[in-house]
Amino acid sequence: MQLLNTILIGITAGSIYSLMAIAFVLVWRSTRVINFAQAGMALLSTYFGYEAVTRIGSFWLALPIAMLGGAIFSALVEVILMRVLVKHSSSGPIAAVAPIIATLGLLGLIRSVIAMIWGGQDLRIPPPVSNNGFTVNGEVLVFSPLKLLILITTFILMALLTILFQRTNLGLSLRASAYAPEIARLSGVRVDLTRTLGWALAGAAGAVAGVFQTVNGNGNFSPDSIEFSLLLVSGFIAAVIGGLDSLLGAVIGGLFLGLVISFVLIYLNGGLFFIAPFVVLLLVLFIRPQGIIGAKAGRRA
Amino acid sequence: MHKLKPRAHFALFVIFGFLLFLVGNRVDELRVYQGASIAVFVIAISSLILLTGYSGQVSLGHGALMAIGAYSATLARNEFQVPIILTFFIAVLAAAFGGALLGAAAARLSGPYLAGTTLALAIGLPSLANQFSILGGEQGLLFDVGWPPLGLGEDFTQYKWFFWIAALAALISTWLLSNILSSRYGRNWRAGRSNEVAAQICGINTGRSKILAFTISAGIAGLAGALLSMTIGTVSPSAFPLALSFALLTGAVLSGVSTLSGVMIGAVILVAIPEIADVVAHRIGSSENITTNLPGFIISALLILTVLFVPNGPVEQHRARAAKKLAKKAEK
Amino acid sequence: MTLNVSHLSVHHGAIQAINSLSLAIPTGALAAVIGSNGAGKTSLLRAISGLNKASHGKISWMGESILGDKPEILVRKGISHVSEGKSVIPELTVKENLELGAIWRRDKKEMIETLALVVSIFPRLGERLAQRADTLSGGERQMLAIGRSLMSKPKLLLLDEPSLGLAPLVVEQIFQTIRDLTTSMRLTVVLVEQNAMGALRIADLGIVLNLGKVVAVDHAQALIDDPAVRAAYLGY
Ligand SMILES: Nc1ncnc2c1ncn2[C@@H]1O[C@H](COP(=O)(O)OP(=O)(O)OP(=O)(O)O)[C@@H](O)[C@H]1O
Ligand SMILES: [Mg+2]
Repeated sequence: MQLLNTILIGITAGSIYSLMAIAFVLVWRSTRVINFAQAGMALLSTYFGYEAVTRIGSFWLALPIAMLGGAIFSALVEVILMRVLVKHSSSGPIAAVAPIIATLGLLGLIRSVIAMIWGGQDLRIPPPVSNNGFTVNGEVLVFSPLKLLILITTFILMALLTILFQRTNLGLSLRASAYAPEIARLSGVRVDLTRTLGWALAGAAGAVAGVFQTVNGNGNFSPDSIEFSLLLVSGFIAAVIGGLDSLLGAVIGGLFLGLVISFVLIYLNGGLFFIAPFVVLLLVLFIRPQGIIGAKAGRRA
Repeated sequence: MHKLKPRAHFALFVIFGFLLFLVGNRVDELRVYQGASIAVFVIAISSLILLTGYSGQVSLGHGALMAIGAYSATLARNEFQVPIILTFFIAVLAAAFGGALLGAAAARLSGPYLAGTTLALAIGLPSLANQFSILGGEQGLLFDVGWPPLGLGEDFTQYKWFFWIAALAALISTWLLSNILSSRYGRNWRAGRSNEVAAQICGINTGRSKILAFTISAGIAGLAGALLSMTIGTVSPSAFPLALSFALLTGAVLSGVSTLSGVMIGAVILVAIPEIADVVAHRIGSSENITTNLPGFIISALLILTVLFVPNGPVEQHRARAAKKLAKKAEK
Repeated sequence: MTLNVSHLSVHHGAIQAINSLSLAIPTGALAAVIGSNGAGKTSLLRAISGLNKASHGKISWMGESILGDKPEILVRKGISHVSEGKSVIPELTVKENLELGAIWRRDKKEMIETLALVVSIFPRLGERLAQRADTLSGGERQMLAIGRSLMSKPKLLLLDEPSLGLAPLVVEQIFQTIRDLTTSMRLTVVLVEQNAMGALRIADLGIVLNLGKVVAVDHAQALIDDPAVRAAYLGY
């Protein structure tokens, strides 16, 4: 029974990491930047979700509102910050690290603005369904209706994303712009617009990750939530495991990481929740630097 | 710009130290304490400049490396009653060891991967303190360097003592660093940063050179960590939050990562920001939420603005502008 | 004259690639642009298609100035550029590469018709529609690149060294296809080539570039017969 528990908890948490990893991958593919502010955007979107829940009362209406808010904010960041960045610091000793530094600065900026607006105390998004575990053969699982719902929703969203990418013109534009921007432009794709769209999608994916990470925990969140640090680290690591360029890789990376963390926490030591992903990251980087799904470009890029 | 000889360099530092001494005797306790903080930041920022500016690597984990230095100094002091001066050496060695390990991983990584890995470390490492009771959990451990020697006089306060230790350490470490950077190693690092392949062809072992940069940088960060906990009096996870790593990065970028000469700018600004924020918050008569978060806001905003508009730092910018003017004059 | 370039200059930083160049290409003509390495052929095409900024001069297409227009806009005006090297996206399938060429046209039915047309021109692509483009041979990739370009139903086709790295027999085939397309689809074609002889043989018009300037323009056959051009570019 404990084994089943461990697996189910791992997959649920992992599906949330997958969403976050997808956000990292979408931005990486469109701009070749690791957006460390992704966690800040997810947090901000969670506050949007919170505002919507408290006003409207419906979790299922609040979720798309959070997604929309996250998407718009993310698109604005791309237009206002990233485009200027590319123009201004394309040479010099820190050109290579300037985007990293800028997204970190943005992370700090978002966090402090949130704390200014909403304060530093815990707020709460109540879970839409019960988080009390299912009972199987008289034994109570940790796996609950809420976790099931999270699992189903994330997989529906991922399926929709797959359809968008594989079956639509928009998806073709997004992929072409990611792989070969010049050929995409020569084919008539408005690459700048597509890039912004990639960021918007990432913002929406991050928003769902943020809201679910919150309700999957105890429902409480604050600007300093440890849950969001975990989301940042795990999402990044899951994306790296998946090879940074692959959406499927991000999903697999997230589930894998979720399972590993779950096993370590339950069978080894409950205090290792930051160290476990870190060790996984180092192992992946040493053993298979191109990620499990194997991107062609090396990490030395 | 002519280059100073090492000996002239050293003389400059001695004169600078003497000036600090005179100043230190005339200002109030708060300023003395801030002086100590500036010295600590000078050390920490210069370690990051060495890494980012000279060897082209970004570390968001310098807060964690500082923590390693601080904890090992404290443990050495509390568990083994090691003399104070030795604890600082232990801090350097312990952090350098951690840095070498991280550097070995870093040598295989670049840009975003390295940044993410060190970020994960910065977030993860402090949580280890709660795992081992010897590290004192959330409360942390006391770190007491003791009272200033009586020979320094009755009115020589504790803060002044901190300031002296930190300032001396800053002078020594800056002097050492500037020598290292103008040595063969410094040149190798710069070569590796601007073009790794070309550097390899010239016979530079870029991997080993990167690890070395990481090791030295980490050792210096460890020293800064030990000094930081000296001024606070304790060492705990909350003294080394992610925000510290960010602040250091801001300091380094503000100083200009390609030269050590601006390092004071970043350190002074970092120490001044809380005070500036205080004044601003007072002026606009804002709520508590705004007041407490204004410093973090300013640091982040400065980081972004600097990267956008003065990416090479004010010193380099000024130098480039001066060089351009000279070139124009020469043309005429 | 549908394509008119006058006094065009293009700089890459301090390097001047095109130096006050003027030329005119009539509707329906296949113009071969030849010249040694670094003569500025690629820079010229990239300036026409909007990938490079011109520092000076004018470019007009069917009487309308197109200087400063972006490539994604110019495609919509009928100008399609197949850039140097195997200009396909290896990560996408052959079909996706082709669809990409027509992506700006919203009309799905028209797209399917054009796809059928392109497949009838390049049957080998038709057999490999579901394959990833990186599994294609060099010649097939070049066909795919041209095919993608045709998907946008261009009126002006800019081709940059389609023969690059191909076996002589395949080169022959590609050149023949280009000649046929020009006539059957009533295209205007600017064909940049290192393979000067092959290009001039199929071309109506020959343009010789050197150091960013036009040094000779004539009927293609006349250039082939010109002893100076023979010596410098045709190698006999
Ligand atoms: N992006 C660039 N940056 C700097 N210089 C460039 C760039 N592109 C081209 N050049 C220079 O401009 C000149 C013309 O180059 P261009 O590519 O147009 O020549 P080309 O005729 O196409 O040569 P090839 O036959 O070898 O393809 C060359 O001297 C080249 O070095
Ligand atoms: Mg060329």
